[in-house]
Amino acid sequence: MKRFLLFLPLVVALGIGAFALWGLWADRNPKEVPSALISKPAPEFDLPPIPGVDVPGLKRADLTAGGPPVLVNVFASWCVPCKAEHAVLSRLVKEKGVVLYGINYKNKAEDARNWLADLGNPYSRIGFDLSGRVAIEWGLTGVPETFIVRGDGTVVYRYVGPIVGADAQKKVMSALREAGWKEAGK
Amino acid sequence: MRRLRFLVAAILIGVAPILSLAVEPDEILDDPVLEARAREISAQVRCVVCQNESIDTSNAGIARDLRILIRERLVAGDTDQEIFDFLVARYGDFVLLKPPFKPETWALWFAPFVIAAAGAAGIFVLVRRVNRRAAAGPGQLSEEELAQIEKIIQNEKAEADS
Repeated sequence: MKRFLLFLPLVVALGIGAFALWGLWADRNPKEVPSALISKPAPEFDLPPIPGVDVPGLKRADLTAGGPPVLVNVFASWCVPCKAEHAVLSRLVKEKGVVLYGINYKNKAEDARNWLADLGNPYSRIGFDLSGRVAIEWGLTGVPETFIVRGDGTVVYRYVGPIVGADAQKKVMSALREAGWKEAGK
Repeated sequence: MRRLRFLVAAILIGVAPILSLAVEPDEILDDPVLEARAREISAQVRCVVCQNESIDTSNAGIARDLRILIRERLVAGDTDQEIFDFLVARYGDFVLLKPPFKPETWALWFAPFVIAAAGAAGIFVLVRRVNRRAAAGPGQLSEEELAQIEKIIQNEKAEADS
């Protein structure tokens, strides 16, 4: 017992050191804050479509209709990382058959229209959130941000930042599968 | 010294308007009482973009939206608590700069006191042990030790004589 007490200060110091090291760890992202929405129902909202874009708007009822889990992606034409992410999202829709909804955040209709015409529109529904109020309902901290919503309208996952690179895609895909999503034809 | 003080004051005065610029004129409410409450609430709400800043001093777009939202809800007659609850429901406890006091955060709130108490207890025990030893006086030497000392003294003497 006495022997053990002798080492106690060392153990405590190592513990504090490990905690400090964790704080300085380069791979740790201090901006990664868990969303308050996880395992909660999607917020109440009803957004009109972007004027002049031929996909319907987005409202809560669209997320509670049952069916496979969907991606809800918050994007804007002025957001550069969104452009990088756009190719990934398009591929997920085209090749894997993922259902993708969009919330167009604080974007002029014309800019959003041009952006989608330019890059293509992978979204099957887009809500036009000019004031950014609905984004606050979703607890948005920046664009882009992507949520996974189950067929019953429960938010199960959030990805902050662009889904670019193998790691990010793997994370999102495994979260999708965990939410009950199955790749078409498998 | 006086010069230095002047310099510091000048810098502070120069910086003050920059620090308080985040709240833009078009956001400010006509009712000074409500505006004061809005400022007080905003100062306790974390900016989710810049993280270590309150929304009251942040120039981020979402911070501005939240400031306006808080003012709208104040005008609509919300209490301060209702506004905090509204924000926490969307952004979690993280949005509060001061962590709330509840079972999940007990470790956070009590840890400093527990560590201080443990340290004080340790020092108390140590001091008492040292005191007790001092009060008991020097211990008695055994026969064997006395004989050994005697032998050393004899040797020394013999060496000194030779």
